[in-house]
Parts: sequence; C-alpha cells; structure tokens
Amino acid sequence: MPLNWDLIWSSFGPIVTGAVTGTIPLTLASFAIGLALALLVALMRLSRNAVVSGVARFYVSVIRGTPLLVQLFVIFYGLPSLGVKLDPWPSAIIAFSLNIGGYAAEVIRAAILSVPKGQWEAGHTIGMSRGQSLRRIILPQAARVSVPPLSNTFISLVKDTSLASLILVTELFRNAQQIAAFSQEFMVLYLEAALVYWIICLALSSGQSVLERRLDRYVAH
Amino acid sequence: MSPTDGAAQAAPHGAASQGRPVLSVRNLAKAFGSNVVLRDIDLDVRRGNVVALIGPSGSGKTTVLRSLNGLETPDAGTVTVAGPGTSAGPELALDFSAKVSKKEISDLRDRSAMVFQHYNLFPHMTVLQNVIEGPVQVQKRKRAEAVADAEKLLARVGLADKRDAYPFELSGGQQQRVGIVRALALKPQLLLFDEPTSALDPELVGDVLGVIQELADEGWTMVIVTHELAFARQVADEVIFMDGGLVVERGPAAEVLRAPRQERTRQFVRRLLHEF
Repeated sequence: MPLNWDLIWSSFGPIVTGAVTGTIPLTLASFAIGLALALLVALMRLSRNAVVSGVARFYVSVIRGTPLLVQLFVIFYGLPSLGVKLDPWPSAIIAFSLNIGGYAAEVIRAAILSVPKGQWEAGHTIGMSRGQSLRRIILPQAARVSVPPLSNTFISLVKDTSLASLILVTELFRNAQQIAAFSQEFMVLYLEAALVYWIICLALSSGQSVLERRLDRYVAH
Repeated sequence: MSPTDGAAQAAPHGAASQGRPVLSVRNLAKAFGSNVVLRDIDLDVRRGNVVALIGPSGSGKTTVLRSLNGLETPDAGTVTVAGPGTSAGPELALDFSAKVSKKEISDLRDRSAMVFQHYNLFPHMTVLQNVIEGPVQVQKRKRAEAVADAEKLLARVGLADKRDAYPFELSGGQQQRVGIVRALALKPQLLLFDEPTSALDPELVGDVLGVIQELADEGWTMVIVTHELAFARQVADEVIFMDGGLVVERGPAAEVLRAPRQERTRQFVRRLLHEF
C-alpha cells in the first residue's frame, strides 16, 4: 500500500486542532468538575448519616454499573424527551464529570480512610474541628495516596472523551473520522488519532511522576 | 516554657500540691455494650502536680486519659478543669451524663494537650509547621510570635537544628520530643501523656523521660499513663493503679510503688520491675 504522505501531513493539522480545542479542554473541564464532585461524594459516603451515605452509595453504584456511552446518550439523546435539550459540549461535560465523580469518589474515600486515625486525633487534640482536620491534616496526606489511582482515572478520561464524537462534539477523534470518511484512508487516519492520544497520555504520565515526587518529599525512601 | 506564662512555677512538689485542683474527675464511667471499661473513676490533680496512671493493658487508664481530651466520650461522670492562670478563672465543667456539646468538647481540648504513644506528628509538615499549626490555625496567634515561641521550645528539647526537618527524618525519641513541644506550644492547663515512651527503642527512652522530668520540675500539671514504674516513682506526686476499669489503689508514688497495700497492685508492680 503506497503511503499518501500529503494526506498524512495535511490531516495532522485538524487532528491536533481537535485535540487542542476539543479533547484537552473537555478532559480538563470534566476532570476538574468531576474531582470536586468526587470529593463531595466521598465525604458523603463517609458521613455517619445513613441517608447521606446511602445517596452517595447509590450514585456511585449507578455510575460504575452503567456504560459511559449509555450515560452520554441518556443525557444528549434521552433528556430532550423530558424537555431538557442540551448542546453537545455541555452534555459531554456533564456526562464525563458525573462519571469521574463516581469513580474518583471511591479513590478519594479509600485515600481518606488510609490516613491513620491518630492523625484525626492529633488534629482534634490541637483544637481543630473535623472540617479543619480534614482540610489541613487529612486531605494533604490523602492527596499523596490518591495521585497514582487518580492519574489512571485522568488518563482513561483523555481516551474516553473520544466517545463524545458520537454526540457530535468536535474533538480529536471526530476530526479523524471525518477525514477518514472523506479520503477513505481509514488505517492511516485512525493510527494518527491513536498516536496523538498516546502522546497526550505520555505527557500526562510524566506529569504524574513529577507530582508524585513532589508529594513524596515527606516520606522515607 | 512555664505553664503560667512568665510567672515561673518552679515550686517543689510539696508546696505545689497545696494548690487548688486544676482537674477534677468524678464518677467517670464508660461501657462498650456489656463490656465495662470504666467505673466510677475519681481523679484530682492539683496545679503543678504529676499523676501517673499505671495498670495492665485493658485496665482503662488510656480511656481515662483520652476522656480528658475529648477523644473518648464517657457515658457518665463529670470533668472539671480550672481556668487559665493562677487566678480563679472560669471553670469548665462537663457532665457526661447529659449530652455534651461540640463546643464543650472543644473548650475541654483548649485546656489540655495530648502527647501520643505513636507521636502522631503530621508527616506532611516540617517540625516547625507541626508545632505552630495549633497556635496559628486554631488559636489564631500571630505567625511570627508562634514561630519565635516554637523555636524557643525546640531549643529547650535540643531540636533547634531540626526545625525544617520532616518527621520521617527524625528518630523516635526526637519525634516524641516534637510531640511534646507541639503540646506545650498550645499553652494548656494540663498536659496528658499516653504511654509516651512505649513505642521507643530502649536507648531513646531516657531523652524523652528527661524532658518530661524537666516539665514536672517547672511546675507543669500532668497526667501520665506509663509503664515506666521507676520513672513514675521519680516524677509523680500521686500514682493511681487501675485494673478492670476500676481504681484499685492510689496514693503517693513511693507508697503505691514501694509498699502497695493491695495484692493486685503488688503483683503488677513486681512483674513490671522484674522482681519475681
């Protein structure tokens, strides 16, 4: 098969543009919102109030028990029948944020539980409230523990955003698909898309290492 | 370093024991289901006095101590802590038979500070940050002032050069001295020690006990849960022997540890001093 170098070079432009204007902002926005949601859900799950922790448990169960693609379709194609019409971008951000919220909540909950009980007690004994102990003592330590699993979640999200192409969000994979359909060069275009995803994930992995080293400075090696 | 902020209280124990009680505990009781861990515990600690709680594990001594810092909530009984300073400040009285509010627990913690068996330093903070965290974040004192105080206290326990180290870089004995400094920095009425040397290598125990002895000499009011009977004999004004959630015997340290009246105390003391 002769390689169409012109196509390869000219298609990189739209694919990278799709990454910069679609995939990356979609990932960042969804991860940020999802993480905030996850912290809230994790704290709810740790609540002594059975109703509060029950609601959180139910939410996590639904998110983890249903496919992300189905969640996307329910929000984008399903909600209009209830009179809620959302554009592709808001639909995608809502779906991905809710998804991250469910998965990361379990990571954060486990990380909070991994901090020894004595740390809470030491916080209380210097006069801190539960909230203060959580913020100043527990979460900084939980953060260190949760960086590796949360990095996994983050990297998965980068790749999962390709599903947004199915609800018409202009991002990396949708651009690749369109050029592939037009040029009929499927292998080339999809490999290009794969390569760009891989490069983004490589960058994230090295970012993870830097962050882990930073957070490890107070741990014996 | 002095508990009364300037007005040094280096009174010998004999004189200090004439002071009014800083802490009064009456009829403290606690059970987990049918398992009674404390029954009718009374305790008085006068200003400048040191009380040592001894007894086998499971005797309830640590539960008593933790109750004094609001880390355990007794089912019944009262805890009264005097106000700050030598003047008759407002007393804080908690009655655990009724519902105790968060505010009351927080007030109780304001007046006492705890030193833990496993130090429980904050691993993500330097030594200095550990010490000033309470004064700055909770007591809202000026940072510069809290740092100056912390540096003085660290110098006192021989750790001035460790102020920027993280806890993992310190030996157990050094970590526990930081734990003591962290408690002192809160300027509490009452210092509580929960087996402060039990987690230490034997050769590091002396450093920590030395610091506690100095605090006693300076007139700090302290309650110490310990297995170090020789130390208790040396530092404590009163020794309380507990077993099965009860006070079995109490009295001046020399009496309880040298000539116990109760058979149960005798057995315990003999075993710990390896005098079989």
